[in-house]
Order: sequence, then C-alpha cells, then structure tokens
Amino acid sequence: MRVVLAEDLYLLRDGLTHLLSAHGFEVVAAVESGPALEQALIEEKPDVAIVDVRLPPTFTDEGLQAALHARQREPGLPVLVLSQHVEQLYARELLADGTGGIGYLLKDRVFNAEQFIDAVRRVAGGGTAMDPEVIAKLLVSNARDEPLAALSPRERDVLSLMAEGCSNAAIAARLFISEGSVGKHTASIFGKLGIGPSDDTNRRVLAVLAYLNG
Amino acid sequence: MIPLVPVYLLALLLGPLGAPVVVWSRWLPNLFRMYGRRWSELDLPRPYLPVSGSSWMDRERWVLRDPATWRDLGWLIFQPVIGIVPMLLPMTAFCYAMGGLIGPGLFDPNGSQWVGQLYGSRWLALVGGVLLVVAMLALSPPLVRAHSLWSSLLLRPTAKAMMLVEREELTARVEQLTETRTAATDTQAAEVRRIERDLHDGAQARLVAMGMTLGAIEALIDQDPAAAKALVSKARDSSASALAELRTLVRGIHPPILAERGLADAIRAIALDSPLDVQVKAALDGQLAAPVESAAYFAVAELLTNAARHSGAERVWIDLRHLDSALRISVLDDGTGGADPSRGSGLRGIERRLGTFDGRVTVSSPSGGPTMVTMELPCALSSPKTSTFSATD
Repeated sequence: MRVVLAEDLYLLRDGLTHLLSAHGFEVVAAVESGPALEQALIEEKPDVAIVDVRLPPTFTDEGLQAALHARQREPGLPVLVLSQHVEQLYARELLADGTGGIGYLLKDRVFNAEQFIDAVRRVAGGGTAMDPEVIAKLLVSNARDEPLAALSPRERDVLSLMAEGCSNAAIAARLFISEGSVGKHTASIFGKLGIGPSDDTNRRVLAVLAYLNG
Repeated sequence: MIPLVPVYLLALLLGPLGAPVVVWSRWLPNLFRMYGRRWSELDLPRPYLPVSGSSWMDRERWVLRDPATWRDLGWLIFQPVIGIVPMLLPMTAFCYAMGGLIGPGLFDPNGSQWVGQLYGSRWLALVGGVLLVVAMLALSPPLVRAHSLWSSLLLRPTAKAMMLVEREELTARVEQLTETRTAATDTQAAEVRRIERDLHDGAQARLVAMGMTLGAIEALIDQDPAAAKALVSKARDSSASALAELRTLVRGIHPPILAERGLADAIRAIALDSPLDVQVKAALDGQLAAPVESAAYFAVAELLTNAARHSGAERVWIDLRHLDSALRISVLDDGTGGADPSRGSGLRGIERRLGTFDGRVTVSSPSGGPTMVTMELPCALSSPKTSTFSATD
C-alpha cells in the first residue's frame, strides 16, 4: 500500500516511516511542508495520506487544508490526519463531504503501533477512525440534541466506537457483547438516525456524520 | 443672564457657599460652549482647573485662582449687550417680514384700508415680506457664527488652561495605565506560577516515573520478560498521561486552534465543545494582534462556561465584528439573567484582562434574562495572512 507522509518533526517522520515500512506499507514520499505535501499528493496518487495538521511554512493548519484540497480534487482520497490536539471543528470539516476514508487522531495514538496501523488500514479501506477524545467531546456537547437523545445508552456506546472506526467484531470485543447484538444495535441506530440501506461502510460514515452534526 | 452677574459677585463674598455657587453658574457658559460646537463648529473645551482641595477655603481659592472664572464673569456681563447685536438684524427682518406676509390679508375697518401696504400696494408688501424672509435666512448663519466667535473670545480656554486640561487628562491616563499594568503583571505572574506548578506536579513527575519504570524494565528484561512487558505498557500509559496533561496546559496558555485558525474559528471550536446550542456569527476579514486575539478568546470561553454553569441558558449567540478600529464581541444567552459584574469574579476577571487593552465590558442582565455581555477592544485589523490555501467552510 502506497503512503504519503507529511510531518515536520524529523524524529516523528522517521519513526512513522519505519513503523509503516515494518508493517508492509510503502512510504512513497515523506515530506515536511505544506507545499511539498500538495505536490506529493498530486504526483504520487497514494492509497492513503498521513498528514500532520500543522506544517511549515506558516505553522497554521496547512496540512489540514492540503488534505481538504486533495479530497476536493479526488473525492474519497483516504487521509489520516494527526495532531497534537483534536477539535470537533476539524473533524466536521474532514467528514463534511460524506465520502469516508477519513481518520483524525492524536499523535499519542502512534504509541500503540497495532492500533495505529489498524487505523491506517481502515482509513485506506474507506472507513473512519476518529480519536476517542473527539468522541468524548461530542458526547459532552451533543448530549441533549435530537436525534441522538433518542439513542439508548448502549446504542450510544456502539455509535461512539463506530465513530472511532471499530468494526462490529471489534465493538463486540470492547463492549463484551456478541457480534450479533452489535449488529442489532447498529441496525437500530441507522433506523433512529434515518439512514437508509446502502453499503455498510457508507452507512457507518453517515451515522458518524449525524453524530458529529448533533 | 444679567441676574446671574450679581449672584456671581455675591457668591464670591458668600464664603463657604461661594465655590459651589460659581461652579453651579457655569452651566450657562457651558451651554454656549455646546452651541458653539453644534452651530459653528468651534471647539470650545471646558477651561476650568481641575478641582483641588477639600476645605471651603481651598475651594474658594481654587475658584478665584482660575482665570476661567473671571473670563466667564466678563462674558456674563457683556454677552447680554454684545451678544444681542448680531441678533438684532434678523429679529427686525422677522418682524417686518411678518408684517409683509400677514398684513396684506388684514383689513382695518377703522381706517377702512388694508393693514399691509407698501407704496399703497398690498402686492408690493407681500413681495417685500418674501424678500425679507429670504434675507433673514441668508443672514442668519453668518450672524450666528459671529455670535459664537464673540462668545469664544472669552469662553475658550487660555493657552495655560489648555495645558492644564491636557495635563489633567494625561495624569488620568497615567493613573489608568499604572493600574492596568499592575493588574496585567499580577495576572501574568500568577499564570506563570500556575504553569510552573502544573508542570512540576504533572508532566515532570510523570517523566520521572517513566524514567524509573524504564530503569526497572532494564533490570528485569532478561530474567522476567513478562514482568518487563507489563512495565513497558505502564511506561507507555505514563507518557500518554504526561502528553494529555501537557495538552491541557498548552490549551490554557495559548490554544493551538487560535494559532492555526485565528479568533473566529477558535471561537467556533469552543462553541462546538459547549454543551449549549451556540451560534457564532463572525465578520472579521483580517487578522488581529495575537495578544488581543488571546484575550478575546479567553473572555468568550469564560462567558460560555458561565452561561453553561450558572445561567440556565439553552442557546447562546456570539457575534464578532471589527468596527471603527475596535473588535466588538457580544455574547447573548437566553438564560435567567441576574449576572452581576460586581459579584461574579469571572466577569471581573474579564474586565481586568481586557483593561490592559483599554477594552470595555458592558453587562446587561436583568433578572429573568436574557444576559448580554458586550466587549469592545480597540485594535487594528491587519490584512489577511497570506496563505496558499483558502479557508473552506
């Protein structure tokens, strides 16, 4: 799988390159600035881009903007955004086009190599990987909003794990319930949020979007 | 007007009442200073010396020593005589104009003739009246100006008084600056102390623990790999907690989103994180100075926290705009009101924080709601930063 990596800190860029190579990814470009990232995304056409929000030269949100631009040119281009902090605002901007293939994680998550690699694979496969901290913020701010208020506490748990990007099997393992009952919960969630039948990945993205937009 | 003059003279002999009476009598000159400004665009600031002394003797001396007292007196004496001269012409013209306009319509039965006639013609009288009205209207503005000019001779401050007025303003400004600077340095020192404590008890302590765990791992790794592995995951948890603490700390110092996106988006971000339904309307087409942005951000964050905690509000509207070289932010909630800036330490804190920038905070919070807090921060708006990307919404 071909990866474009944008990260301005040398140590982290190098570490990520090693980590990804060790897990069978091919890092086709590891860049350190916004313009270089834009160029790499156009030239390399990667299977997934791993992008730091803040990049030179302005050290604002160049990485995020480059990712959003690339997805405008090429809808659904899988992008995993890394940051020292997570904001619901950025999560919404990333998910707004509703095409999936979006990850948004704290840099800390790199510590757990297995989970991180898993997240990269999910994003590359068109799924989502939202940081648990984004989900936690959502729970605080959207607790009272319709239609999420209609969800049962269990369904909420399932939805937040779904937003993190977990598969039904992973959700079942995390909540200590059977995969079958996870399936029932997800069906009920799709029903309550008014998401019609389509392929499962897309429905999951829509559910997460509904979640984000409260 | 004339009666004021003996009152004035008497007042100087009145002893304890003298100063208050003179000060009271200043309303009339002040009124004409205002007219001068309004009608003739003459800038006539109040020329009086700043109040000094507290005993009546001191006050009396203060009033007598002030050249403006004597210039006012001169004006009070001459104004009724001289001030009326420029007015005579339009007044006379007005009387004759009335005669010319109304007279031709009045028939005098005793004299068996029309009241208004000029050279025996009512029409000529009417024409004369109209001409007089035109003349009166044309003459009035320059005459009013002449009148104001005469008044300004005595009512404007002398060069010395101007200097004193300026000095008074400067003194007040220096006092205010000293006050806000003290508040700012105090707040900053407290902030730095808090950061130091947080680092010391938080991230630093965790790094020490991590170092120790790593030491233990080193010792264990050969004999007891299983135990070493458990410790590794503990060390990783420690580093994650240290990072989480540092993140919280950084948010408190300078929120990253403020650095990345500027004020409007940073406020949108806290609006999203708030449990309330917050709507943000921002009209800022440029960038603010970093300290102003930061102060405004923390003020809004504080207000949102207040609204969520105390007001019982469900919805909040935030409006940001840059108008007349000031940043204006209003935060309105539909809560129960009753916020009192003199009691709430949060609002006081905001006032202090914004005071450093000559910012003003006004709070309207009748009991029963709604609460509206308006903040105004004088500042320039620089042109938007040059970015290769345009903001997407």
